[in-house]
This record gives sequence, C-alpha cells and structure tokens, in this order.
Amino acid sequence: MLLSLQGVPLPLAVAAGMVLAGAAGALLGISALKLREDYLAIATIGFSEILRSVLHNEEWLTRGSFGIHGYSRPLESVVPAQDYNIFLAAVVIIILAAIYAILEVLMRSPWGRALRSIREDEEVSRSLGKDVFRYKVQALVLGSMIAALSGSLLAFYLQYINPNNFEPIETFYAWIMVVLGGSGNNRGTILGAFLLWGFFSGTRFMESYMPLSPTAIGALRIMLIGIILVVLVIFRPQGILGRKEELGLGG
Amino acid sequence: MLSVRNVSKSFGGLLAVDRCDLSVKEGSIVGVIGPNGAGKSTLFEIISGFLRPDLGSITFQGQEIVGLPVHRIARAGIIRTFQIPRALNRMTVLDNLMLGPQNQAGERIWNAALCRGTVRSEEISIRDKALVVLELFDLQSMKDEYAGSLSGGQKKLLEMARSLMADPKLLLLDEPFAGVNPSLSSKLIQRIKELRDKGLTIMIIEHGIPYVVELSDEIYVLNKGAVMAHGTPQEVVSDKRVLEAYLGDGR
Repeated sequence: MLLSLQGVPLPLAVAAGMVLAGAAGALLGISALKLREDYLAIATIGFSEILRSVLHNEEWLTRGSFGIHGYSRPLESVVPAQDYNIFLAAVVIIILAAIYAILEVLMRSPWGRALRSIREDEEVSRSLGKDVFRYKVQALVLGSMIAALSGSLLAFYLQYINPNNFEPIETFYAWIMVVLGGSGNNRGTILGAFLLWGFFSGTRFMESYMPLSPTAIGALRIMLIGIILVVLVIFRPQGILGRKEELGLGG
Repeated sequence: MLSVRNVSKSFGGLLAVDRCDLSVKEGSIVGVIGPNGAGKSTLFEIISGFLRPDLGSITFQGQEIVGLPVHRIARAGIIRTFQIPRALNRMTVLDNLMLGPQNQAGERIWNAALCRGTVRSEEISIRDKALVVLELFDLQSMKDEYAGSLSGGQKKLLEMARSLMADPKLLLLDEPFAGVNPSLSSKLIQRIKELRDKGLTIMIIEHGIPYVVELSDEIYVLNKGAVMAHGTPQEVVSDKRVLEAYLGDGR
C-alpha cells in the first residue's frame, strides 16, 4: 500500500492506502456478505490471499518479493535516529487510543446498537427495517481501513515491506488476540494483542537461555500458543475480559 | 390496506399456501386461525418478505410488496413478531426497545461519529418513549436486565413492545398469547384493543380460538393452505366446516 511513496506526501499515502483498503473491503463485502459465519471467514481469507498473490507477483507495481524499502518515515528529519523507535511507539499508542475512542463512540451509538442486534439475530434487525447488508459492509470497510492504517505503521517500523509480511498466519494471530482478550470487547482485544506480542517477544528474549536451536524454539512458541488457546477455550471461553453471563445467553 | 391476492407457496411437493386471498381493512383486527400446518405462519413469512411466494400479489397501501427485501417492507410499515420469540439476548431489555424506531439519525455511521449532539437528543426521546412502552407491557422493572434472562412469556411481550417502537402501520402478531400466563393475557387483549382504537391495524395468528374471537373484527380460517371460511367471529365459530376442520370429520 505504501508504494506511492515516490514523492507523494506521507499522510496522503497513508490515507490513500486506507481508502484503497476500504474499497477492497467494500468490494469483498458486496460479493461475499451473502455468506454467513464460517463461509464468510473462508471467503475473506481466500480474498486476502488472492490479493496478496497478485501484489506478490505484479512486480511492476509492487516490486513483488523484493519488497519496498528506502521510503521516508514521518518526521524522520526532526527526530534523532536513536530515539526514532520510541517516537514511533508513541505515535502508535496515540493512534491506538484515538481509534479505541472512535470505536467506543460508535459502539455506544445507535449505529453500534444496530450492529449488536445483527450479531444477536439479524432476522430481527431486518424485521425492524434495518438494512443489515449495509451495516455489514460499513463494518467491514471500517475494519479494512483500520487494518490499512496499522499496516502503514508496521511499514514505518520495519522500514521494509513486502506482500509476504501479510500471510494468512497474521489473520490467525489477530483472531487469537480477539479470543484471548474476549470477543465483543475492544479493551479485551487490545489486551490480547499486548499479551500475544508480549509472549512472542518474551520467548525470543529467552532464546539465549534455552538449549535449543532457534528453529526449534520457533516451533515450540507456536505450539505453546496453540495450547494456551485450547486451555482458554475450555476454561475461560469468554476470554480474559469477556463477560460470562453474555456467553451463557449466547446468540 | 393490505390485500393478498392468489398467493401460493409450496415447499417441494407440499403446498403450504394455496391460492390465498384475503384483505385487511385499516384500523381493524383480523384474526387468522386454522389447524396445525394450515399455512398461517407461512402466510406471515410471505407478507413480511421473509419468504417469496411462488405466485400471487400482495399490495400494501396500494404498493406491490412481493419481492421487496424484508427491511423495505418493514419501512413501509409492516412489522412482525415471531412465533418463537426472538429476544436479542445479550442486549438489555431497554436496548431491545431502543433498537425499534426506524430511520434513527444515529443509526447512520457519519451521524454516530460526528453529530453527537443530535444523536444524544434523539436518544433521549427514544428512551422516554421506550420507558412508556415498557410500562404498558409490565417490563419496566426488567429494563436493565439482559433480554436473554426473561421468561418465554416475557420475551413475547418484549417482542411486541419492540415492534411497537418501530411505529408500525400494520402489526403482524404470530401467536402473541402462546406461553403468556392467563392474567397477563387478558391484559394483553386490553392493550391490543387500545392499539386498534388508536388506529393501528393488526393481524393475529392464534391457536387459542377464544382470544381471537374476543379480539377480532374479522376472522379468516385457513385449512391446508387455503382460505376455507371468512367472516365475523360469530359467523366463523358457527360454521360447520370450521368445526370439522378443527375436530375431525364429525368423528
């Protein structure tokens, strides 16, 4: 998404990425939202894989697996290089807070109420005159735009980006974050993200103390995540911050 | 106000609704009775747009509604309840009601994010209205409970209350008395009559014939998908064919 850095101002490039992602979300929504639940999930993963393959192979557009690097980063000339990661972390936290605030406002609004009603029973929403399809597309577009924004931030952090940064496993990590923290709960999702990355970084830090090869540790890490997920689903299916009573009343 | 002409619907080899003709006058209560499997609920599903008839036409206030999506029919003013009540379980009773009103400004994503003042004042008036309606149905003490914690009868009431919040012109009630205790039922009869006296048009499917006889201005009797008798409650209950359909052929 960040390819347009050939002289295009940064905020504009990020905005363009968000608009493009939103458009992709709308396209996906309009074609796939007739499907429900598991089928929709499969279709979205398929769609993102198609998109990734295209971006990976259309080298004229994205330089494919060579990836993009050497693009400028926000305020790079002002912030001293050794402090840049701290600066970027602050930017990320500010954006996280802003998005959290926006989403909370939306979820508490009548728009969010209609969305929750769709989660509960979309036939009821429909019978009350709500255009369910429209809400779903809107939610998907909103999610895609936020994902594009976070993708830009990742690109600023890595200073090198290629389509294979976004393999399907990333989708599952995001999903683990949601389940870990408690679905239907923004704070839970943020907590889940911190925990998952805390776990990844923590175990990476442990590498030097373990009598195992780095590849073995990598595999072990994924296994541990799997075990944690299974244990969580058995003993605390609502997630860490989820509300048990809501689960009992299930959709 | 509503006119159903020659409507048929079959599922595989089973003719569920067979060339049904009926009409509903504005400001009246029309009862639809018939033995199990007579096609009553299917007829409601068709009128509310959840099912598409194989043939026939339905006009509401002069407008053809066959083929319109469910939410458009609801917006035209036809609101239905479900035979098995569908509370939005993980939302509070009050939220269930506040979902009801149609065309809320705050249900548009831009307004929800940007015009918060307008949305807030709209919410206050919706909330006030919801509290009045809750009181009508004896649910005011439950307003902050999850809807999933209500009893089956209370869910029926909740559903009716939620439908009223949508300001229907024609209200389709699918077995409103099933599972509601007798003392509450007589109160409900009172409420339904009051609504009619305020100009609301109501269609009721019901198994409990005494309720329908007491409430309706007109009754249609369905048998095997077709209208078999039609008239005032007195005419219908004294019709021999109706008794036969209900009790078997004189055995």
